[in-house]
Amino acid sequence: MTPTRNVVIVGSGPAGLTAAIYTARANLAPLVLEGEPSSTTDQPGGQLMLTTEVENYPGFVDGIMGPELMGAFRSQAARFGAELVVDKVSRVDFSSRPFGLWVGDPSADEPTHRASAVIVSTGARSIMLGLDAESRLMGRGLSTCATCDGFFHQGSDIAVVGGGDSALEEALFLSKFADTVTVIHRRDELRASKIMQERAFKNEKIVFRWNTVVEDLIGEQALEGARLRDVLTGEISQLDITGMFVAIGHRPNTDLFRGVLDIDDNGYLLTQGTGTATNIAGVFAAGDVADHTYRQAVTAAGSGCKAAIDAERWLEAQGDAPENIAETPTEW
Amino acid sequence: MSTLTLSATTFDEEIAASSHAVVVDFWAEWCAPCKMIAPILDEIAAEHPDSLRIAKLNVDDHPDIGRRYQVMSIPSLLVFKDGELVKRLVGAKGKSQLLTELAEFV
Repeated sequence: MTPTRNVVIVGSGPAGLTAAIYTARANLAPLVLEGEPSSTTDQPGGQLMLTTEVENYPGFVDGIMGPELMGAFRSQAARFGAELVVDKVSRVDFSSRPFGLWVGDPSADEPTHRASAVIVSTGARSIMLGLDAESRLMGRGLSTCATCDGFFHQGSDIAVVGGGDSALEEALFLSKFADTVTVIHRRDELRASKIMQERAFKNEKIVFRWNTVVEDLIGEQALEGARLRDVLTGEISQLDITGMFVAIGHRPNTDLFRGVLDIDDNGYLLTQGTGTATNIAGVFAAGDVADHTYRQAVTAAGSGCKAAIDAERWLEAQGDAPENIAETPTEW
Repeated sequence: MSTLTLSATTFDEEIAASSHAVVVDFWAEWCAPCKMIAPILDEIAAEHPDSLRIAKLNVDDHPDIGRRYQVMSIPSLLVFKDGELVKRLVGAKGKSQLLTELAEFV
């Protein structure tokens, strides 16, 4: 039978890796199932792997690159003995303890890993527009990753869809390459923070199309334009662009847990009170997968720490903790 | 077989000369997803020495080749057989997904 680990952590963004640092320091020898590479933010290292400069993570006076920050988190977890594996979980069985987790073939009889406690930190992924043309034009002008693909739009006219911080961050980054960046937003005001708004309004290459949604994308082999609809007047217009970046929000990665863990109306995992416990004792949730409200790297890291401490205490209370457990001290 | 590094001057020759299917990884230093799939491609190259050739092209150093094949998103994997482009995979993928996509060439 597959040996039982103390803790298995699913996901390796700021929440998962912080949980790994804490549980590793508590001598719980955690296993982190990091996920698999992808270009849709559902990947090892999480959403920060697709960003550039992170300016609001405390401790980095001059900012730090997202991938570099996550590399440091990972090294720190490894230093304390966390085992990190680039694998994507395909199925979970939380119906009895120890819990079962599968990678690869989900129909295999025996789970790949067993765990006394599980910390779910699978994060969230970008939402796409839901147009048929998207699959045809993805990678042919349509992109989900400005830092990956901005370079290909030097001297072009392009668009960013969305009105939040990530949309403006992408627009500002892309303005280094493109001639014009049109920000298409369905409302007449931005959700983005004041500091990002000020930067975007000041940038001469960035123009705004308010109260506007994308109806369709034009182009067979490559993106040539977008058909836009003004939501107030219903007027249809065409914008000639060769690049489009979509930043209209996120969807939590909770498909694995549907019908198993309690989920709110928006699809996010529900946790109890101020802690990280889910409806299944021994399963904890941390980071964006359980946070519809804040969704910051630092709040994700904070909740990863809470999940680690919750898991330590739960293992102790169950009598499932190893003898050498070194619980994180919380009284000073 | 080891991974091959292509340049604008060697590209056509190497693609045409190979008796195997050649998977060209269009990448750049600043692309985090490219860095994540690089070790996976190395593994796949090592596991299928008789059927696949994995090659890398840096789009920063050789932008003309990227333009020729309309590469606008990286990582992009372009598969060539007998010198012809036969398949295009856009975006980072895990090993099992990549092996599924490349199964017809293995």
